[in-house]
Amino acid sequence: MSIRSHLSKLSMGAFALAAVSLAAPAARAAAPESNDPIKIALFDWTSVNLNAKILGGILEKLGYTVEYPTADYLSSLTTGLTNGDLDVGLEFWDTTAGEAMKASDATGQTERLGKLGPKAKEEWWFPEYMKEKCPGLPDWHALLDAKCAAAFSTAETAPKGRYLGGPVTWEGFDDERVEALKLPFTVIHAGTDAAMFAELDSAYQRKAPIMLWIYSPHWAPAKYKGEWVEFPEYTPECYNDPKWGVNPDAKYDCGKPHGEIWKYAWNGMKDKWPVAYKVAKAYTIDTDELNKMSGEVDLDGKTPEDVAAAWIAAHEADWKAWAQ
Amino acid sequence: MTVTASASETRPPVQRWLAVWAIALAAVLLVFLLQDSIPWAVNYPAGAIIPVADWVGALMVWIKSNLSWLTRSITAVLGVPLDFALNLLAKNFRIGHGAEAFTLPRLSWVGVCAVAFLAGHAAGGRKLSLLVGGCFVYIALFGQWTSAMLTLALISIAVPFCIVTGLFAGIWAWRKPWAERLIVSPALDLMQTIPTFAYLIPMLLLFGNSPVSAMIATAIFATPPMVRATMLGLSRVPLEIGEFSDMAGCTARQKLWRVLLPSARPALMVGVNQVIMLALNMVIIASMIGAGGLGYDVLLALRALKVGEAMEAGLAIVALAIALDRLSQAIAHKQAKGHVHQAVSPSLWRRYPTLTLAIAILAATTLLGLFVPAFASVPKAITFTTAPLWKAAVNWVTVNFFDFIEAFRVALILNVLNPLRAFCEGFPWLGAVFLLGLAGYQLSGLRLAALVAVLTAFCAITGLWEKTMATVYLCGISAFIACLIGIPIGLMAARSDRFEKIVTPIIDTLQVLPSFCFIIPVVMLFRVGDVTAMIATIAFAVVPAIRYTNHGIRQVPPALIEAGKVSGCTPRQTFFRVQLPLALPEIMLGVNQTILMALAMVIICAMVGTRDLGQEVFIALSKADPGRGIVAGLAIAFIGIVADRLFGAWTAKARARLG
Repeated sequence: MSIRSHLSKLSMGAFALAAVSLAAPAARAAAPESNDPIKIALFDWTSVNLNAKILGGILEKLGYTVEYPTADYLSSLTTGLTNGDLDVGLEFWDTTAGEAMKASDATGQTERLGKLGPKAKEEWWFPEYMKEKCPGLPDWHALLDAKCAAAFSTAETAPKGRYLGGPVTWEGFDDERVEALKLPFTVIHAGTDAAMFAELDSAYQRKAPIMLWIYSPHWAPAKYKGEWVEFPEYTPECYNDPKWGVNPDAKYDCGKPHGEIWKYAWNGMKDKWPVAYKVAKAYTIDTDELNKMSGEVDLDGKTPEDVAAAWIAAHEADWKAWAQ
Repeated sequence: MTVTASASETRPPVQRWLAVWAIALAAVLLVFLLQDSIPWAVNYPAGAIIPVADWVGALMVWIKSNLSWLTRSITAVLGVPLDFALNLLAKNFRIGHGAEAFTLPRLSWVGVCAVAFLAGHAAGGRKLSLLVGGCFVYIALFGQWTSAMLTLALISIAVPFCIVTGLFAGIWAWRKPWAERLIVSPALDLMQTIPTFAYLIPMLLLFGNSPVSAMIATAIFATPPMVRATMLGLSRVPLEIGEFSDMAGCTARQKLWRVLLPSARPALMVGVNQVIMLALNMVIIASMIGAGGLGYDVLLALRALKVGEAMEAGLAIVALAIALDRLSQAIAHKQAKGHVHQAVSPSLWRRYPTLTLAIAILAATTLLGLFVPAFASVPKAITFTTAPLWKAAVNWVTVNFFDFIEAFRVALILNVLNPLRAFCEGFPWLGAVFLLGLAGYQLSGLRLAALVAVLTAFCAITGLWEKTMATVYLCGISAFIACLIGIPIGLMAARSDRFEKIVTPIIDTLQVLPSFCFIIPVVMLFRVGDVTAMIATIAFAVVPAIRYTNHGIRQVPPALIEAGKVSGCTPRQTFFRVQLPLALPEIMLGVNQTILMALAMVIICAMVGTRDLGQEVFIALSKADPGRGIVAGLAIAFIGIVADRLFGAWTAKARARLG
């Protein structure tokens, strides 16, 4: 019974395969060029995994085999992606991975596939209720006021304000910024962003003062009401030339750079799976759509697979055009 | 007795040692006060830093370009059984490609749960059957099945791999004392003390971003207990048994495999049990380099601040650990009782009734799964979640107790932690090398002194002195408090069976529950920084202090207690004058383990913003800099080895004095 049922299923599968390959139009006969699995990296935040599942879903519809290995964000650029252990990584942020991407480009074994679409924004951020205690916000000049800084202070930092920065591995230059703008604040580095958002959640529930580094696209700006501090607009000169900006003796006297989010691939992908490469290169996504989908996963409890499948179904014309 | 007597004659007596220590401390204080004129003795000069990290980095590049073919073939070979296990338990077998691929189903969850019940019954009767089966059903009902099976698949391949490697390494070390002294022993020390994060980057470069890397990383961490258990087991086999096998005409090979190893089986099974537990400890880290499974669920949930989901995934790891631990202990216990030889039945069914039944159930349920979806994967309707409850509990505590906790935290930081930290970080490196060397000399002799001094100096000359001392400060105070809490609890547990029954499951959970799960809720209450790190470290490191103290008191021979009672001791006197001194060596061993456990937490603590060697390892990880990571990892390992050796020498001396 068992063997027969398997056999019949197998033969049905084989028949289906044959039928499909006969019926498929010429354009699709090219893909898949290789049956080796295409490995799309999963990292540990929602939006990148959504993007991975969307691209992977499209490639599967085109006949490719796709695997989703879990990987470490920054080091994957100079390890897995350089030798084909990972074939595609979908979100590398200018704002946090600038140096790692430079190192990756220098190896010559990876390829920048272009921009994902959404813009990365990150800056000092405060919950809305803090405006009462520090009315000048979001203009950064308000932070210079000692009373305002004290409103953000804790016992160890008083009378200075406390600013919770990202992990030291992120390229934030917050210590330098505080120095250059003469802000009465102490920078405390969180070890991971999970720890950072744990503090935010705790403070927000108690309506307690907090000033921290928040980035977007992320679920936090959607969940918590608040604003980004408005520093002098970033320019490359600000980070390179001391003379630029309000403080003529220091660099970093401006806000954080807004940046692109880049897609990366192993540079062997182009030859091994030309059509999949074309799709990965053409793949972009709308910022609002991505934020909405991240929220559906993180706040409404849907699975990334379901959300990705919905996107794929809604944008069939788009990705079919990418594969041409 | 004569040896110790003659040794103490050649060494200065106690008073002279006091004087020596007074002079040494004065000298260090002088160096500290004169730091303006001799700054190089306090802070190691930046110009003289030896670039060990660069050398290691260059070596890694060379290995990568010249030996990749070898490491990659290892990956390919190990990948075969691992993929099979992953597909069998979790992922389904896919035959063919693309959307039309045909899939052979994985084992049905109903079948696996049934087999868990059966295995428990075969190993330890009804009670164990309910426990082991219950753990698996728990995992299924909480919706963690697929992830748990990914983890189980990784473990089920990694553990036999560790056991075989460990067994052979142990036999080799047991046969060749020089190999034990020069190669195996130092290697084991390093494997157990270098944090895994430190060698993740080399792992990724050499073995790729795949479950195989995760498995090898797990094996490096989990194999040492097996090697140690093998060496211990073989050396404890009574001499007569070995001699008897010689007389019976065994060849060397027969003697080892047919006589010595079976006799050493109880010790070997302890090793197997430890391998399983340590392998489960690795699941989170393994998930960062391609393993997936429960560890990845914990990470992902925490990134999205889903405290409850992370806790549930963590508790699923605990359930898996409890099931495997109790099962392997029961098997060890059963085998230790020995076999009664029976006539071997010719049919497989008669010889292995349980095994045959298990296979039949698996086959039947898996086939059923082809037609009834409820058998193939756990139906959503019967799963449930407690995640909102966890989250609500954390929120309630946050809202209601934060101010009280904050006052406590600030007092602790300002009055205790900050001064201590400043003291440690300002301590002259030359002074530390000198004082630790002196302690080594007093406790054991020149060899220990040289070892301790060289290892301490390594931390300074690689330019990591300040971070090393920051690590010493945090681990030191955490281990101290863990002992203050753990030893009294252990003492109470030893005196009351009921209390022990309550404590045991708690410490089991603390040991296996990934620290990540509770470190984030702690951040919500204590903010990022040293206090959070300290609490997480204490929670993890308190376990050996409790366990060894309890064990130490309980193993005092009843005859000696009787003797105490007969000579008229009150219960109080019996406890303080008889039991406690006799248990002291064991308790000291617990303290030693507590220190090592605290060091193992250094990396995790870096995730909540400590500024020590753990942070250094993290920076290296994100910059994919293998040299920097390994050097920082070695520095952590050396702190552990220095503490371990000094403590060991001190305990040995104390034991010799007790007689």
